[in-house]
Amino acid sequence: MLTITTAHYLVLAAILFSLSVAGIFINRKNVILLLMCIELMLLAVNFNFIAFSRMLNDTLGQVFVFFILTVAAAEAAIGLAILVVLFRNTRSINVEELDRLKG
Amino acid sequence: MDTHTALFYVFSAVLLLAAFRVITARSPVYAALFLVLAFFSAACVWILLRAEFLAIALVLVYVGAVMVLFLFVVMMLDINVEELRKGFARYLPLGVAVALVVVVEIGHVIWFRSQGLAFVTVPTPTPEGYSNTKELGAVLYTQHVYAFEIASVILLLAIVAAITLTMRRRPGLKVQEISAQVAVRAEDRVRIVKVETSTER
Repeated sequence: MLTITTAHYLVLAAILFSLSVAGIFINRKNVILLLMCIELMLLAVNFNFIAFSRMLNDTLGQVFVFFILTVAAAEAAIGLAILVVLFRNTRSINVEELDRLKG
Repeated sequence: MDTHTALFYVFSAVLLLAAFRVITARSPVYAALFLVLAFFSAACVWILLRAEFLAIALVLVYVGAVMVLFLFVVMMLDINVEELRKGFARYLPLGVAVALVVVVEIGHVIWFRSQGLAFVTVPTPTPEGYSNTKELGAVLYTQHVYAFEIASVILLLAIVAAITLTMRRRPGLKVQEISAQVAVRAEDRVRIVKVETSTER
């Protein structure tokens, strides 16, 4: 198939999303890489929003992406701040050592 | 194969390769740098989708701000990478299996369950002189103005939260106490002592 349809973009987003799911599984000890994989997942979701917005000629999808970008930036900032505090207290970012709450 | 198709495949290949290197990177610094590459090529694909404003916003906000934050944090923390990569080979089959399941499910829905829908049609070309930024601004400041205000409050909240979380007062640190300096009076600093002067010669 030579022309690019909406389905191409959706498949690209699906592959990106599953790559980041795999990343969460194989990097499950490293909190920084987990945060990066979550950022990649949000990027894949944004891909879907933009592809459908283009397909339906509706700007609402892009407005959604705008707000997702805002919330993701806030999430990254607060997550990294928590990470810094965590490292300052425990000298480690290994998820398996974070059992202090005994939840 | 026209230019649009070729560009789509090039940018998608770079995006997927960069994402793959992010999740398999040996050191978090490389992962952050490949994440920058992934975001950048994602912005290029968004430009192919005629979402120019969001593409530029992605480059400015993510590549410019969030990834620099990531890099700073990665470089500040003294991490033992080898310790963190110990379970890598053990969890690899599980991760690959889950990823394959997700890909097969979503691909099945997109390719086979949607033949009657408009997924496989080429999107209609935008008219001459169409400005994505103008369109987005027109709805963002009218219909969605409350959501826009809430987004700004969320950003303010993130600033306050990040600063309060990481601010600390270390014991034994020599700092100025500005309020004490301002509130000082002349009597606290200068003591006037009456000295008896002798007048004999």
